[in-house]
Amino acid sequence: MSDADASGASDGDGSGAFGAAIERGEDVPLLTGSGEYTDDISLRGTTHLAIRRSDHAHARIESIDTSDAEAMEGVLAVFTGEDVVESGVPNTIPTAWDLPGLVQPQYRMLATDKVRHEGTPVAAVVAETRHAASDALEHIHVEYEELEHVTDPVDAVERDVPPVHDEAEDNVAFDFELGDADATDEAFADADRVASVDLRQPRLIPNAMEPRAALADWEEATGKLRLWMTSQNPHLHRMLLSAGTLGLPENKIQVIAPEVGGGFGSKIYHYPDEAVTAWCSMQLGRPVKWQATRSESYLTDCHGRDHVTTGEIALDDDGTIRGVRVETHAGLGAQLSQFGTATPSYLYATVLSGQYTIPAIHCRVVGAFTNTTPVDAYRGAGRAEGIYVIERLVDVAARELEMDPAELRRRNLVPPDEFPYESAAALVYDSGEYERAMDLALEHVDYEELRERQRELRDEGRYIGIGIGSFIESAGLSPSGLAGDLGAQAGGWESSIVRFDSTGSVTVLAGTADQGQGHRTTYAQVAAEELGVSVDDVTVVEGDTDRIPQGMGTYGSRSASVGGGSIARGAREVREKARRIAAHQLETSVDDIEFDDGEFHVAGAPDRSLHIQTIAHEAYLGHDLPEGMDPGLEETNFYDPENFTYPFGTHVAVVEVEPETGEIEIERYVAVDDCGEIINPMIVEGQVHGGIAQGIGAALYEGAAYDDDGHLRTRRMDEYVVPHATQLPDFETDNTVTPSPHNPIGVKGVGESATIAAAPTIVSAVADALEPFGVDHLDMPITPESVWRATGGDN
Amino acid sequence: MYTNDFDYYRADSVGEAVELLGDHDGAELVAGAHGLLPRMKTGDESPPALVDIGQLNGLDAIESSDGGSISVGALATHAEIADSEIVREHAAALADAASELGDPPVRNGGTIGGNLAHGDPRSDPPAALLALEGSLEVRGSDGERTIDAAELFEGPFETAVADDEIVTAVRIPTDDDAVSGYRKRRDPLSGYAMVGVGVWLRTDDETIEAARVAVTGATTTPARLSGVEDELEGSAVSEETITAAAAEAGTALDADAFVSDVQASAEYREHLLTIDTERALYDVLDVGQ
Repeated sequence: MSDADASGASDGDGSGAFGAAIERGEDVPLLTGSGEYTDDISLRGTTHLAIRRSDHAHARIESIDTSDAEAMEGVLAVFTGEDVVESGVPNTIPTAWDLPGLVQPQYRMLATDKVRHEGTPVAAVVAETRHAASDALEHIHVEYEELEHVTDPVDAVERDVPPVHDEAEDNVAFDFELGDADATDEAFADADRVASVDLRQPRLIPNAMEPRAALADWEEATGKLRLWMTSQNPHLHRMLLSAGTLGLPENKIQVIAPEVGGGFGSKIYHYPDEAVTAWCSMQLGRPVKWQATRSESYLTDCHGRDHVTTGEIALDDDGTIRGVRVETHAGLGAQLSQFGTATPSYLYATVLSGQYTIPAIHCRVVGAFTNTTPVDAYRGAGRAEGIYVIERLVDVAARELEMDPAELRRRNLVPPDEFPYESAAALVYDSGEYERAMDLALEHVDYEELRERQRELRDEGRYIGIGIGSFIESAGLSPSGLAGDLGAQAGGWESSIVRFDSTGSVTVLAGTADQGQGHRTTYAQVAAEELGVSVDDVTVVEGDTDRIPQGMGTYGSRSASVGGGSIARGAREVREKARRIAAHQLETSVDDIEFDDGEFHVAGAPDRSLHIQTIAHEAYLGHDLPEGMDPGLEETNFYDPENFTYPFGTHVAVVEVEPETGEIEIERYVAVDDCGEIINPMIVEGQVHGGIAQGIGAALYEGAAYDDDGHLRTRRMDEYVVPHATQLPDFETDNTVTPSPHNPIGVKGVGESATIAAAPTIVSAVADALEPFGVDHLDMPITPESVWRATGGDN
Repeated sequence: MYTNDFDYYRADSVGEAVELLGDHDGAELVAGAHGLLPRMKTGDESPPALVDIGQLNGLDAIESSDGGSISVGALATHAEIADSEIVREHAAALADAASELGDPPVRNGGTIGGNLAHGDPRSDPPAALLALEGSLEVRGSDGERTIDAAELFEGPFETAVADDEIVTAVRIPTDDDAVSGYRKRRDPLSGYAMVGVGVWLRTDDETIEAARVAVTGATTTPARLSGVEDELEGSAVSEETITAAAAEAGTALDADAFVSDVQASAEYREHLLTIDTERALYDVLDVGQ
């Protein structure tokens, strides 16, 4: 499977935990149903919140009559946006990323003036049961004056439509540029050829298995709010609730993320709903629970993607890429979600160099307000959209040059000795052996032989296609200073506490927040490796702002590299303190103490030793410590990495397309990923499987659409599908290992890689299959009907 | 979403169920509840009362009778039908449809009587029933009657089963000289039939003596394809016949009969219907391909 030499990953001595394919400790509680999700938690006197949402895409609220709803049995209160305003809370959902010239319209918890997308919250009902609350919704009478709406990001800025926000008359939230326009123009003028592609990347709906939920408990006597919620970043939510919506001091808010059933980005954000839940508890003095239905998730969870793009690539006849130029319209939805501005700008434009040495790159991004659900980061966020563009361009260019697409890639890969590589899109890549991963992927499918088979089959009227997706990902956005320079309103660090308990067990408190990634297993492996203890001796705690002092959360493939890096650094500090205690008690100098498999021993005298867990006990006894040393054995660590990490790899898909019906069959899917050192191969493989599934979903099945009335047309699971297991091929996964030189444990992250890779790989394969029909690109999702039409079946 | 409020009654006999339906205006029957309940959760239907007949005994038997027919109890599940040797031998199209329907939980819970009375135009059994010229035995306040397949499907989610009637059995005529089958193209989104074609043919070795072909999924109401049937009947068993017959798949249907949705347009469905009719014929006939 892997050529990882895991023991080289860590300078801990011993336990072999790092790199082991051990089973996930979280699976037994999750699979047997004892795991506790937000909706499983009930407090005495819990009431239930339901939210009345706009049926219109764009309308002015004329009046809201809540009296009928208020009179219903079981209904405790009905609140409108005016009630929230009158309560005097700050009532502002903030962006978390500024851009030059950014228009930041007001974003309130409940709408007061206009509704700007279908699903905008306009009123809140609190009742004794969730059914009573839900039933009351239709008895709230809202009168609207309908306004003309716009759902397409190009129409929004180019057509004469009423603005979504008066502050942005032309619906432009920002007009962003990255790269050197003049140098790019020059490169295009000098190059032998130019190839281009016009493409759309449709909106995707995240579809976490657990819809969002919140349970708020306001305690009037202490002025403290406890809020259980489906959060990928409880500390960030605490900060945004404090500074943005509720105005409570941070130390009076406890955010708890219990088990969280998936996020894919959708649970990063501060939405109105959870703030309304908390605010209602503050009004009523009773616990209030809100559990989104799947229908609400479709309408309100931030969507992903939504780009309309023209990409151009300039090359010489020998295949040397000279420049890339991209102009894209990115739909932001009706409001700016926290990273809605960063995702289509910095996270997108900066990866347009992909794995290639491209001397000149220029990208312009027009961020457009539309009367749609807000768009923000969804697994792959920005990187997926950017890599999709460069990979489509390379394929189209290969066709233009009549060159094999693998060969064209090979000629332009950043060579291993060029790292750290500074791209023309403003990133410094840490490390990479791109050709090694590509070769391995091509080897798995017998690439040359496969091309031969493709030619033979074409003669028989059968059409197989070979798709290649070579990608990089920028993971673990950091350092904080750089993020700040680019506009981030939050840091890129992570924090943890590594603590030996007095009897030798270890508790790790981590500021990240698992939603299925398996942190309780992988973090235990990192700590166990550094401390020389068994994985079973380590308990990982996440997701509670009162227990874990600080943290940034889990998103952007950051947990292994930034969170894991922090834990490793903290564990090393703990180990070094233990070493000093060992030296003291063994009556030798620290330099003479060796550490092996949890045991400190005197160099040259292996029988004079103390186990680290014994020292933990000594540290808390405090009877016999080195002079001046404080008791206890724990460290708090803040880790601010010096750079992103750059996972990479090449995926290859083999598809067969039946032109008569347009049906696409995926014959093989090979994924070669390099995520640096591998903490747990089984978990990496799981991430790759899930990522491929979501990438294939985007390529062939998913794609949210709005109808002419501005209503979400794909509003249910039978109208928008997450691919079923039966619609996916067997995944063949493999790894190369190129450690990240600046990360303490050499890891790069793998949370989003496969999602980024799979969409362009599949589209590449379908387009390759359809080469005899002159088709070089099809927009996602590629349905059988779109293939049938592209091949002229409808003529 | 949540369903609207409704009253729930459990009937202990067919007679009691009929009575309950009569007593509660707008009440709906449920057995497996796999058709109705999802539509109640999406708000597409909100009956004020449900009458549950899922626990009734004796309505799930699958039997062949002497008079040249088989009888499938209305409460037989799709899984039971898919596994039934009697159905496989005498009504293969229905066995095919039952085995293609939904997923294992749906097949284990959903019942044939409910499926056919529900009239979901995307479901599989309707095309099989039409091709097999089966009929429903129903009981209501006015006693028992029989509804032929040809009279059953009146529109999307509209059938000839009256509000106070209960399907007790599905009867399918048997013919030892006939073959039948059902072919499904699954909608990747819903798992329902994007196109489903049921075929029943009686042949001697060389000639197609009688043909019945029906569609589900592609059209707003399950329907017989008379153009295909006319082309097949009396023609030689040959690849040419199949091609010519399949080409007639859309001819007897109204232009607006085809469904258009997010996944597939009416034009594309009409195209697929020709292809899948051809493939369904090849599935049951021993020629070519």
